[in-house]
Amino acid sequence: MKRIALVAALALLPAAALAADAEFALTIENHRFTPDRLEIPAGKKVRVTVENKDATPEEFESGPLKVEKVIPGKSKGIVFLGPLKPGEYPFIGEYHESTAKGVVVAK
Amino acid sequence: MIATALIVFREVLEAALIVGIVSAATRGIPGRGRWIAGGLAAGILGSILVAAGAGLISRLAEGMGQELFNAAILGLAVLMLAWHNIWMTSHGRELAANARRIGADVRSGSSALSVVLIVIGVAVLREGSETVLFLYGIAASGDTGRGAMIAGGLAGIACGVLVGVLLFRGLLRIPLKHFFSVTSALVLLIAAGMAAQAARFLIQADVLPTLANPLWDTSRLISNSSVLGKALTGLVGYDAQPAGMQIAAFVGVLVAIALGMALVRRREGAPSPGGAATSSP
Repeated sequence: MKRIALVAALALLPAAALAADAEFALTIENHRFTPDRLEIPAGKKVRVTVENKDATPEEFESGPLKVEKVIPGKSKGIVFLGPLKPGEYPFIGEYHESTAKGVVVAK
Repeated sequence: MIATALIVFREVLEAALIVGIVSAATRGIPGRGRWIAGGLAAGILGSILVAAGAGLISRLAEGMGQELFNAAILGLAVLMLAWHNIWMTSHGRELAANARRIGADVRSGSSALSVVLIVIGVAVLREGSETVLFLYGIAASGDTGRGAMIAGGLAGIACGVLVGVLLFRGLLRIPLKHFFSVTSALVLLIAAGMAAQAARFLIQADVLPTLANPLWDTSRLISNSSVLGKALTGLVGYDAQPAGMQIAAFVGVLVAIALGMALVRRREGAPSPGGAATSSP
């Protein structure tokens, strides 16, 4: 009974750290993403740290990835991706759409 | 410059549609102009504060502060809109019947208006803070031609506001007999749509499960980033690839508010708001 309660409590925890299976990183510099092609495992939830090295803010946005997050200048933001089916999922930096483009490849 | 105008227009549009509808929906309540203006001012001021504190907000809650903050203000707006609609169920008829006779109701009217202030403030705050960040980014960049880009941004704001004003004026042309039925239906949809958007942020923060994702994909038909897509996001929380949880939140809030309205109507034995109004003010 106690164990069930504990499991239930853990399940309710919005503990991001517990849920992610793997960690990845993206960098924004000169309004471009590096890498602009990020490979992640399919079927798993992954944690991606997006570091914005520019002085200006950027909005990491992707409809297919269901993310919409402002990353202020000179700072880092965390986004969770997946679990995704195998395939390609484009994302953009909304504030500099012409250069800030990339794709997540789930394999 | 055009690109900048379009980005800003898309951001402002969502808020403008909500402000236009909510402003129209409070027709006939004395002193509403001041509350609407107050909501706009609070929203713009809040946008600047939130934009300035974006770094701080992001770092809260283990990096999920931004998502939780967005979900919380959307949740607040949903509550306020729900309250507004249920209140209007019992008062809309009087307002439609005789704008002058409701002098006795001024007090409850102004409590309804404080709700309007919050809703407008929140709508402007949500889209406004992103616009401020975007424009700040341009202003802070060393790009040549940033003057033109700022001009484009201002043009985008002006266009967004214009759409809101046109919607407001258009709604006021609806015959009084149907007016409050139309606005309360629109407010109901906006509230349900905001609940869906709040759910999306909670999914992003890893607080809620997706429950099947995506449930469907209409991005080829209307993409999230198109002007139509953004307008529909503001009006009904449109997402081209919604998760099951977003749809659940939409339906849940829609049903809950509609039930609340039906209960009030039944208790008062009154027909639908506006339905019994025969005279115009």
